[in-house]
Amino acid sequence: MTGVTRRGLSTDELAARVAGDVPRGAFVNLGIGLPTRISNHLSPDSGVMLHTENGMLGMGPEAQGDIVDLDLINAGKVPVTELPGASYFHHADSFAMMRGGHLDVCVLGAYQVSARGDLANWHTGRSDDIPAVGGAMDLAIGAKQTFVMMNLLSRDGAPKLVPECTYPLTGVGCVSRVYTDLAVFVIEDEGVAVRELFDCTFDELMRLLEVPLLDRTREGDR
Amino acid sequence: MVSILDNPAEAVAGIPDGATVMIGGFGTAGQPVELIDALIASGATDLTVVNNNAGNGDVGLAALIRAGRVRKIVCSFPRQRDSWHFDQKYRAGEIELELVPQGNLAERIRAAGAGIGAFYTPTGYGTSLADGKETREVDGHHYVLEYPLRADYALVKAHRADELGNLVYRKTARNFGPIMAAAATTTIVQAEEVVPVGALDPEIIVTPCIYVDRIVRVPAPARAPEPVGAGQ
Repeated sequence: MTGVTRRGLSTDELAARVAGDVPRGAFVNLGIGLPTRISNHLSPDSGVMLHTENGMLGMGPEAQGDIVDLDLINAGKVPVTELPGASYFHHADSFAMMRGGHLDVCVLGAYQVSARGDLANWHTGRSDDIPAVGGAMDLAIGAKQTFVMMNLLSRDGAPKLVPECTYPLTGVGCVSRVYTDLAVFVIEDEGVAVRELFDCTFDELMRLLEVPLLDRTREGDR
Repeated sequence: MVSILDNPAEAVAGIPDGATVMIGGFGTAGQPVELIDALIASGATDLTVVNNNAGNGDVGLAALIRAGRVRKIVCSFPRQRDSWHFDQKYRAGEIELELVPQGNLAERIRAAGAGIGAFYTPTGYGTSLADGKETREVDGHHYVLEYPLRADYALVKAHRADELGNLVYRKTARNFGPIMAAAATTTIVQAEEVVPVGALDPEIIVTPCIYVDRIVRVPAPARAPEPVGAGQ
């Protein structure tokens, strides 16, 4: 933040907003980083089952204290718990589950998303960075729907929803929705539609972004 | 026929310099630390190692890298907050890195064990990790051609083995164990318990004994320290 008063949604408000769009009973993968917070806003009776790429369905909350078991971790290598109905499987099965389109929703963080739904979230491209991709490319293209959760602007104020990604790509045309602190965007065949605004007007958004926008804020459907 | 050995040193005996070695584990879960320690003690060097990561902290795979025994690593997520031994070797140009998306890594290992010659996968299409690779469009979707990944040896940690070499794992420590066991010429397993034949319910066996060559019992395996927010 650059000293200006924050506007738009806080991270937890944004996580709650994304959680509200996760269908009841969905199989969901939450990427490491910000998207992990969404699990705090999924009610236990939603029937949502969380997948973790290292080989588990039915992942429960983070483990604390005596119940920490280092054989039971999530994709971020944080100790977690198992819920009733959980199952374990090996890595090839876990990624087949992903790639095979069996997950309903995957939520990922991003450096950039393009107007066509290209995703960049694995590498800054700086030559002194050691690259590490993990499951990012499999997640991006695997689920029935890939959502991105991110702040609309980078720390130095640059828009992260862009005409073309300048960072190395994770996947091509794979993002269907982008949830940000200032607005919710849906990537449609006709272009990028704005569905909701938070402390921000459509005109402000148009000035902020170099991406042509369709105003769908008055259409109640999601 | 499986050999049941008395200690990890005997279990890893004969792994030559220049061998390709798959090492199970996702971070520290499922990492066969005692087998890796024995591999370090054996002196084998110039190794190509296949693992999801490139070592955590100072033990296990990190110690093998620190000792300068790894010429090349094939992995998906080398850079972590506690991968300092890999980072140092990489920046010094002393270790080669083949970076593979995690699902492609798993499927390439699976393909090797399953006798598949190559496969088309959507993962990585249009990215720099698919540069120079063959692609194909099928039913309007784009795919990249990937080849199987085999090894001379696999080092795998299981929870229980029976005396024939049937294996069960524990929770998310299963990760790469079953597919690596099938993809290596010689599969070496450390198990917390080794039980008589018939003591494992055939319905719950995860790795059938056909894939296992050597077993050593390591009752209370060491663990690499808990990683610190180590990423994927």
